[in-house]
Amino acid sequence: MARELWKGNEALAEAAIRAGVDAFFGYPITPQTELLEYMARRMPELGRTFLQAESEIGAINMVYGAACAGARAMTSSSSPGISLMQEGLSYIAGSEVPCVLVDIMRGGPGLGNIQPGQADYFQLTRSAGHGDFHPLVLAPATVQEAVDLMTISFDLAFQYRTIVIIAGDGALGQMMEPVTLPPMRPPRQERPAWALTGVDGRQPNIITSLYLDADELEQVNLRLQAKLARIAAAEQRWECYLTDDADFLVVAFGTVARIARTAVRTARAAGIRAGLFRPISLWPFPAPALDQLAARVKGVVVAEMNAGQMVEDVRLIVRGRAPVRFLGRTGGVIPLPDEIASELTHMARIDAHANGDRG
Amino acid sequence: MTTMVMEREAPTLTATPWELVYQRPAALTDLPTHYCPGCSHGAIHRMVAEVIDELGIRERTIGVAPVGCAVFAYKYFNLDSCEAAHGRAPAMATGLKRVRPDRIVFTYQGDGDLASIGGNEILHAALRGEQITVIFVNNAVYGMTGGQMAPTTIAGMKTTSSPMGRDVLTQGYPIHIPELLAPMPGVAYAVRRSMHAVAEMRKVKKAIRMAFQAQLQGVGFSIVEILGACPTNWHVSPTDALDYIRDRMLPEYPVGDFKVDARLRD
Amino acid sequence: METSIIISGFGGQGALFAGQVLAYAAMESGKEVTWIPSYGPEMRGGTAHCTVVIGDEPIGAPLVRNPDCVIAMNLPSVDKYTPLVKVGGLLLYDSTLVKQSLLRDDIVSAAVPAHDIALRCGSHQLVNIVMLGALLARCPLVELPAVEQALRAHLPERHADLLRPNIVALHAGAAYTASQPAV
Repeated sequence: MARELWKGNEALAEAAIRAGVDAFFGYPITPQTELLEYMARRMPELGRTFLQAESEIGAINMVYGAACAGARAMTSSSSPGISLMQEGLSYIAGSEVPCVLVDIMRGGPGLGNIQPGQADYFQLTRSAGHGDFHPLVLAPATVQEAVDLMTISFDLAFQYRTIVIIAGDGALGQMMEPVTLPPMRPPRQERPAWALTGVDGRQPNIITSLYLDADELEQVNLRLQAKLARIAAAEQRWECYLTDDADFLVVAFGTVARIARTAVRTARAAGIRAGLFRPISLWPFPAPALDQLAARVKGVVVAEMNAGQMVEDVRLIVRGRAPVRFLGRTGGVIPLPDEIASELTHMARIDAHANGDRG
Repeated sequence: MTTMVMEREAPTLTATPWELVYQRPAALTDLPTHYCPGCSHGAIHRMVAEVIDELGIRERTIGVAPVGCAVFAYKYFNLDSCEAAHGRAPAMATGLKRVRPDRIVFTYQGDGDLASIGGNEILHAALRGEQITVIFVNNAVYGMTGGQMAPTTIAGMKTTSSPMGRDVLTQGYPIHIPELLAPMPGVAYAVRRSMHAVAEMRKVKKAIRMAFQAQLQGVGFSIVEILGACPTNWHVSPTDALDYIRDRMLPEYPVGDFKVDARLRD
Repeated sequence: METSIIISGFGGQGALFAGQVLAYAAMESGKEVTWIPSYGPEMRGGTAHCTVVIGDEPIGAPLVRNPDCVIAMNLPSVDKYTPLVKVGGLLLYDSTLVKQSLLRDDIVSAAVPAHDIALRCGSHQLVNIVMLGALLARCPLVELPAVEQALRAHLPERHADLLRPNIVALHAGAAYTASQPAV
């Protein structure tokens, strides 16, 4: 397949189309708007549903409705819009219908700015809405990976009847990179047995998240948790870069991870055996894989475009076996390779000092 | 169990076969409703179900239930149904209808749900001319949460959150939904009816039928506002509640046709 | 080995497009590449810039603090990037618009009268491609025919009449810097 230069936002849209998305509902917000604009052109061409909603609240509830009909439905937004969608996400999780959401994160809190950010980590992995649930959160670091993850996201959403979130940031959404796109999948005609299609020849299908009876709702929650446990066991994704002999580890996701990759190379050139551990699934977090590395490294640097969110997961996994340093840039500031490299240098120097540096 | 019933021999008490004059519509389940005595919801449910039966669309109709007293509408309608978040039923119905344009999609909403928290969703569904049908029951209070003030609460009316009576200068004025939506080009049918007397109820059912007819003909968005009784939260008897509609609500909310698309036929 | 290039100018000067053309040419030449714009309000009339990183392996950071090469098409861009160019790096600036002398002796700088060259090629809109040609003469990241091909494939249809002049401008820029000693 030929490589083509694609902007992240547009590549995500085209990948969703090729993965068979039936319906897109969205609302403009920088820096994801090109995704919506692309859908506005392409979906009607293909005879599929595109609708610009009155708000993010409208958009997510349209997704909820279309998902209830068994359609492959999605929306995309950026941080402030995701906050508005949390209500709908909770209902979708409670009703166990599948959908896909893209968050092209920007600087916050509040209106923040339109520069890249990763401060929705907690929101996406921990608190995508009220109640007990986790979406399956996938964080691509390249435009190609964004395409690859989007390509499987509807399958995952339907397999588990869950929410799949592609968590990117403004840099990923705006940047262009060569990608190879997958072939176009034929649209699915069949609808799942649970979908609302009309009662023709069967008992009514009812999709609800309301269970007034406490025991009944607890059973629903137990079932939901059992499903989440299955997802947690089966859907961990991560990448290791130069970790085999690494003394020092950088843990980073998304755009920061590729910056860290450069930093690891810089550190190696300076004689520090550095490696990168990159979670691709933010929920479920690839804990066992990091746990193995944490048992044998001398130090861990966590770099994020936030004030310290994923670092909490990392510390829980490292459990004090190695020092964990945090490098965070906020406000839309992107950390640069030398910042991460100097953290590695610093850590190596402290370690050498602690060990007497007599070697 | 069903088989046993079918095998039982029909009683032969009289030579003349009995004429069936009244039965549960196929579009209703046999579940007893949870509604209070004198509440209008049960009768309105039945009318919606009768219309669905009469139009022969039960097999392809999808209902969207609200948050409010009618939250369990999906249990009472013998249809494919879903439960929306508070006020979001028109957005959810939009999603359903857009991906299944050959299905009949309706929302059933109360006044707190539709006119307050869901104001934006109903406004824009109407503005887009979504091919959906909205059954909007206005009883001037939030019923399920215990009778708080709604945007439809009439001036001076006492509720638990307007204990001195609604003061329009500080708490705003009642909202008139069909009048608000009727001028929109995408709206094909916007009317108000009332449940305060039997003759009026017949008009309610006719309007519900027209609203579904609008969707079947694909001429645009349709909404029927129905003035319903809430004896419990109005603190009156069921019969007095009907008088309350007639004497207090009708002056604020006159019944009438605010928009009837010329293409609509019964 | 990665090479980073920042192209910067006023909104409308085509900084972003020149970067895309370079990125397409790099991709078609079998290289790895990233292109990332400054986005937001400054897209309209203010200073716009993009960063292109070209390498043989998957690109790490798409953004850099100290670029290897800078194309500065206006004074604010010269002011902003002169201190940032990597030691031993390259700064090209449009000497038609920017008259001041540069203050660093640890980088290579090249003054290109790009506006004048562009006008001779037919349009002031060609400054970006003149500068791109000038860059590639000093720093041969991709071959000029690959850039020509990228222009053919990606010049917006509404500018189809500018395809020939763009190609002429590319070579004119390259020829100019090739003929000048680096300072």
